Amino acid sequence: MSPLIAVAVPMAAAVPILLSGRRPNLREAWSLAAALATAGAVWSMLSGTLAGEPAESVLFELAPGAAIAFRADAAGMLFAMLASGLWVVTTVYSIGYMRTLEEGNQTRYYAAFALSVGSAVGVALAANLVTFVLFYELLTLATYPLVTHHQDAASIRAGRKYLAYTLTAGLALIAATAWLLALGVDATFEAGGFLAELTGRGGVLWGLFALLAAGVAVKAAVMPLHSWLPAAMVAPTPVSALLHAVAVVKAGAFGFVRVMGYVFGPALLADMGALHVVAAFAAVTLTVGSILALGMDPLKQRLAYSTVSHLSYIVLGTAILAPAAWVGALFHMAAHGVTKITLFFCAGAIHAHAHKDRVSQLDGIGWRMPWTMAAFALASLGMAGLPPFMMFASKWYLGAGAVDAAMVPFLAVYVLSGVLNAAYLFPIVFRAFRNVPVEGHAERSASVDEASGLMVVPLMITAGLALVLGLAPDAAFGFMELALDVSAAVTAP
Amino acid sequence: MTPHLPILIILPLLLGAFVVTLCGLWRPRSAFPLAILAVGASAAASIASLVETARAGAVRYALGGWAPPVGIEYVVDGVSAFVATVVAAVALLVLTATRRMADREMGDRPGLFYGAVLMMLTGLLGIVVTGDLFNVFVFLEISSLATYALIFMGGGRAMIAAFRYLIVGTLGGALYLLGVGYLYFSTGTLNMADTAARLPEILDSPAVLAGAALIFAGLGVKTALVPLHWWLPDAYNYAPSPVTALMAPIATKVAAYAMLRMFLTVFPAGYLAEATPVATVLLVVGLGGAVAGGAAAFAQSDLRRILAYSSIAQVGLIAAGIGLASPLAAAAALFHVMTHAVMKAALFLAAYSVRYRTGEVDIDRMAGLGRAMPWTMLAFTVAAVSMVGVPPTAGFFSKLYLAQAGLAEGLWGVALVVLVSGLLTAAYMVRILERVYLRDAPDGGSAAEAADPPADMLAPALVLASATLVLGLANVPIVTRLLVPAVGP
Repeated sequence: MSPLIAVAVPMAAAVPILLSGRRPNLREAWSLAAALATAGAVWSMLSGTLAGEPAESVLFELAPGAAIAFRADAAGMLFAMLASGLWVVTTVYSIGYMRTLEEGNQTRYYAAFALSVGSAVGVALAANLVTFVLFYELLTLATYPLVTHHQDAASIRAGRKYLAYTLTAGLALIAATAWLLALGVDATFEAGGFLAELTGRGGVLWGLFALLAAGVAVKAAVMPLHSWLPAAMVAPTPVSALLHAVAVVKAGAFGFVRVMGYVFGPALLADMGALHVVAAFAAVTLTVGSILALGMDPLKQRLAYSTVSHLSYIVLGTAILAPAAWVGALFHMAAHGVTKITLFFCAGAIHAHAHKDRVSQLDGIGWRMPWTMAAFALASLGMAGLPPFMMFASKWYLGAGAVDAAMVPFLAVYVLSGVLNAAYLFPIVFRAFRNVPVEGHAERSASVDEASGLMVVPLMITAGLALVLGLAPDAAFGFMELALDVSAAVTAP
Repeated sequence: MTPHLPILIILPLLLGAFVVTLCGLWRPRSAFPLAILAVGASAAASIASLVETARAGAVRYALGGWAPPVGIEYVVDGVSAFVATVVAAVALLVLTATRRMADREMGDRPGLFYGAVLMMLTGLLGIVVTGDLFNVFVFLEISSLATYALIFMGGGRAMIAAFRYLIVGTLGGALYLLGVGYLYFSTGTLNMADTAARLPEILDSPAVLAGAALIFAGLGVKTALVPLHWWLPDAYNYAPSPVTALMAPIATKVAAYAMLRMFLTVFPAGYLAEATPVATVLLVVGLGGAVAGGAAAFAQSDLRRILAYSSIAQVGLIAAGIGLASPLAAAAALFHVMTHAVMKAALFLAAYSVRYRTGEVDIDRMAGLGRAMPWTMLAFTVAAVSMVGVPPTAGFFSKLYLAQAGLAEGLWGVALVVLVSGLLTAAYMVRILERVYLRDAPDGGSAAEAADPPADMLAPALVLASATLVLGLANVPIVTRLLVPAVGP
């Protein structure tokens, strides 16, 4: 399989989805088929990547000296597998969610969803900066109709904010690309960086770094560029789950992986002293995001600030630059993806089925929706970083990296945030299983009333994954192996 | 046939203008097909010359057999063949698409209308292929006179707009002519190549400087560079729809081409950029216009005015590319001439399809059109995305090349303004698209019952919109094989 197919399948799927708008079953069959085909196309490339022979495809020249090129290297594969794999689950969940709520404009929704995932896979597998920017921008556009899905004043406002932030960020990336073209640098991603020839030209390097880092920082919601993300929570919950917890925001975090590891490289970054700047922003975001999450009563807002914080786990990990921190950062992409999508799925199931959006309304909901809230409880334990969940492994590596790099304060930041994770999630679980009847239900024992299976099964699958892949990170999908590969390639002396 | 290519671009239009007018009086229904035939022939000749110049270099044609510099010379080189192809091809698509609107708005005299259209195109393409400074003036006046007549046909307030345009156009033409007069006075020749050969000896002469200043002032009016732009929004607004749809994509671009020609052929390399402030002024005025035009577009609610101010902004970018005076920047400016012509034509065709179906031009009354006219709005959206400059559309690459050219000269601000102008564009385009897609049509409003226009109106808009994608993806061969060789080292 070539990486091109993995990008083209979801993009092309938008067409039959749009054309079958009058027949919902057919339309959703196309969505699911596209998700399965994409995941299959991505995962079929895994063995080649792990064997050190990543699949490649090169198309025509898109800008002078830079072709549209894809390469399934370890970092890209990790992100592509995460986005495409979770798309399958999300599609099933979307069907349950959208049908339960009888949402309008579902054809546009599924088509834009396919385009968004296709763009995210394109970002993941892009082999050079030009291709990366191309799909990064397409991702912005494809997500806009999803943010504004409800077409009310709030979502139109959120859409404007979203575009203002992300298009500006795109411009920063485009400016950097134009600059690199003007300098005549071949901007093909390379583990360890491709800018070595510019060593010593401090002004140019800092300028490029500022543009690139600012460009990816917006999607990675690094403070103070984060406020579009909580606003974007007006979108339907499956969008918040896959795009604003996994695909779009991880494209930003993944952008940091590319910029730090594959554009500049550790040697140059250490030489410039740029690491401390990134680390400082990330550490502040990580802590402040967690603290803000504590005070949020709307459940999705709480999860959004939690996402803001967790994205900076990854960003900080790339800035710590010790091999272990890189393993942790990469694995955290997968771990946070699987765990956070579960929490959003649960929030969406509660919204769609019980019409409750605020934490303060959730007293006793666990007795009514036991499966959903059990999954929520599992994912909360995972988010707090308790063993044996996935996030325990990633946080362990991140912390170990901080120690290796003699940056113990960052270990403290990670630990503090872990405690805060527990503090903003566990109370939800306690409330849900309080021994009180849910509003409108006389007795708790007789009131089991779960959401549609189309929503409950996906959220249980992802909760299960967060546990199983924590118990045995090497068991399936190779996330840990890929993370180790990336770390070895990037931080090799 | 090859040596005659330059004249073959003009001849069908010039002859066609007379034939169409006369046949239109006799058989009104024959006017449209004859006009299409004429423009089609001219487009074919333009494409043939594009192929020929890419293969074997410039084609020169001495009019009436009088050898230059005494006689008038027509020259088709890579640059003029490219611009001629863009102008003729876009004109062909726009004329096809606007037939129904022309029937509706000027149904009683199609012969006069299409005759004037062909005359205007004669003037525009004449400016592109001529190698003679005075001849540029002649064609400038031909196109202007035809345009006055066309705007005038709108009746009512269009007459005032036409009168204003007449005054401004005459002023621009007069300034240009005065400038050419200074050069003629100094060099004794009107032929561009000959002027270029004689100028280096007398570059210190203040007459040359005055000539250059006046020529660019005159062309600046015609290009609608800020602050010489104020005639344009009214002219676009009140002219009959088919006229605006035809003028907006190509007319100002041809004047910009004439400016580029001065840089490339007439004045010695480096003179305008180093010995005179012309290049700097163009750069500053162009970038200022790009920002001011974008900001002004945001303040409008009439779609035609939004697009008119957007044109002012986009020509500003072209002028900035010319003012940068490097080969890469010239190639970028030419690429943007093409990009802007294609996307602005698509936008105006979509806008006028809306007007054709609903009578609306105010964006506040366009709610729900995304559902009512999906294909029209698809064309509009793709062109708008290109105007914003999102990859992989052609608009993105225009801006990338311009920014790259600016950075290569060490001019930071250029790259910054070029890119930020995209944000302004995004602001006014999102304003439109929000209404079209995210607001529901009010009950009983005309938007509620609208539908996509007939295929002959819709197809050209869709072709132009998809061209923004195709040309974007094919930007590397266009720039490296056609434009960079054409503008020379």
